Amino acid sequence: MTGTTLAQKIIARAAGRQNVTPGEVVTVGVDLAMIHDSGGPRRVEPILRELGVGLWDASKVVLISDHFVPGDTEEGARILDLTRDWASKRGVAFHDGQGICHVVLPERGHLKPGMLVVGGDSHSPTGGAFGAYMFGVGATEMAGVLATGEIWLKVPETILIEWSKQLRPGVVAKDIMLALCGRLGMDGGRYQAVEYTGDAIAALSMQERMTLSNMAAELGAQVGLIAPDATTYAFLDAAGSGAVEDASLRTDRDASLGEHHVFNAAELAPQVAAPHSPANAMAVEDAPRISLDIAYIGACTGAKYEDLKNAAAILRGHSLAPGMTLLIAPSSKRDQDRAKKEGIMRVFEEAGARILPNACGICAGYGADRLAAESRCISSTARNFKGRMGDPTAEVWLASPLTVAASAIAGEIADPRDYLHRREVA
Amino acid sequence: MARIFRFGDNVDTDQLAPGQYMRAGIETIAAHCLESVRPDFASSVRQGDIVVAGRNFGAGSSREQAAEALKHLGVAAVIAESFAGIFYRNAINLGLPAIVGSKIEAVEDGAECELDLETSALTVEDEEIALEPIPDNLKVLLKDGGLVPHLKKRFAEAQS
Repeated sequence: MTGTTLAQKIIARAAGRQNVTPGEVVTVGVDLAMIHDSGGPRRVEPILRELGVGLWDASKVVLISDHFVPGDTEEGARILDLTRDWASKRGVAFHDGQGICHVVLPERGHLKPGMLVVGGDSHSPTGGAFGAYMFGVGATEMAGVLATGEIWLKVPETILIEWSKQLRPGVVAKDIMLALCGRLGMDGGRYQAVEYTGDAIAALSMQERMTLSNMAAELGAQVGLIAPDATTYAFLDAAGSGAVEDASLRTDRDASLGEHHVFNAAELAPQVAAPHSPANAMAVEDAPRISLDIAYIGACTGAKYEDLKNAAAILRGHSLAPGMTLLIAPSSKRDQDRAKKEGIMRVFEEAGARILPNACGICAGYGADRLAAESRCISSTARNFKGRMGDPTAEVWLASPLTVAASAIAGEIADPRDYLHRREVA
Repeated sequence: MARIFRFGDNVDTDQLAPGQYMRAGIETIAAHCLESVRPDFASSVRQGDIVVAGRNFGAGSSREQAAEALKHLGVAAVIAESFAGIFYRNAINLGLPAIVGSKIEAVEDGAECELDLETSALTVEDEEIALEPIPDNLKVLLKDGGLVPHLKKRFAEAQS
């Protein structure tokens, strides 16, 4: 008998089957459903009412407010009120103003390897970093899940993406993802299962792995999986998830794969992606030296504790270029508190950065803060679509938190490796 | 007669449902649908018109207002060389047919057309173009008018 992939194993278990085959359509039971303030209560409650049903299992639903936090518009504030009311009426776990859903969910111990999880947000593949089959859906489909506890999916092929050797100093998970978007394109994932593997991946911290899984969305994959290992279980233990080690949660050596790509991590340079697509990736040394107004470190993709630490290591002892605005929106309150304790937030404050709420902020572009016309921004977020973060004439370059920090100092796109000599040992 | 509204590759959800209007209702979002790439779209599209696009239509966010806005404006179907996975599911769930077509490259903007959902055939100015069939499980959803009516029916059947 040939082996199976991690994706097949999780789906088979959730479908109550011995085995599933790529291409077949199956109905699976959902272990956990995550919703946020935008696609959540305001959209699903009218549908549940129309159907005349309640939640299939309130203990398996987690609600997190992040898109309209801090409620800086009248409608946004009203949506947040509605969200809070719903949480108490429906009796679900609710994390309000604690940070961005994809970061808060694992941080608070809700995720475990092997789970089948549905999230009401496109960056839901982030949960794949923990070996959970987690994918994003829209609000109507989420309402269906909340009503029935079930969802259909087409069993995916696995696109194995292997990074051998080790990343060089100044190069991080975000650079891997921008390079992959450039190489494979925004539809390279074909809505199949991407799985990351190799020595470079094994060496990454959980939050760095989350960046890889998060941007499986930008590859157009349904999920971005990483088989759980000692690093995963150490993180989940500390988060109080109660996860139990399961050595079978991995892709068998003889499993048949849709694609297998191998890249050498040691050869990867820091990347930037030109407006208006993450697929416009290039090595930082090949980027034009255009001047910039705004440096943004934010989002689930690029402002977790590790991201903040990496950016601060570049910024320490430097000041911002004249006319430069540096905005920092830490992904979660807990990550910001830790960064504060370790002196990281002080580095940002001393550099003159403006600290924004622990929320989706300018990345989602749902609130009052938006990029002005003709502005030029370098951002640690995942998407630089035209008009997403502000005016359609604004230009957004994507990069790692280190490259964003280096560019904030230089006033133009800059190579973080030029600032590494100042980096302190963490 | 239905008309074609032609778009290229990677039409994203920020173009379909711009973030700054996401706190508003669907009327407002629909009024700004695709305005960053085609400012006259919302004002000129009519009931029954068809959107034809290239690869990866609906890339980006899970916001279903991206599909809902098109439906609200009267778009009868979206035909594309490929779809972003979440948009595709959202469209079907809302009862908006999303159909993959590999031979649609030559289809031009403004052309008059007719779409047969049963046979997945698009006729553009007397030329019939075969599209990929809608998968069986999704055909059921579309026939019921989307996921909500489908579930209603299912719940009613379970009770009787």
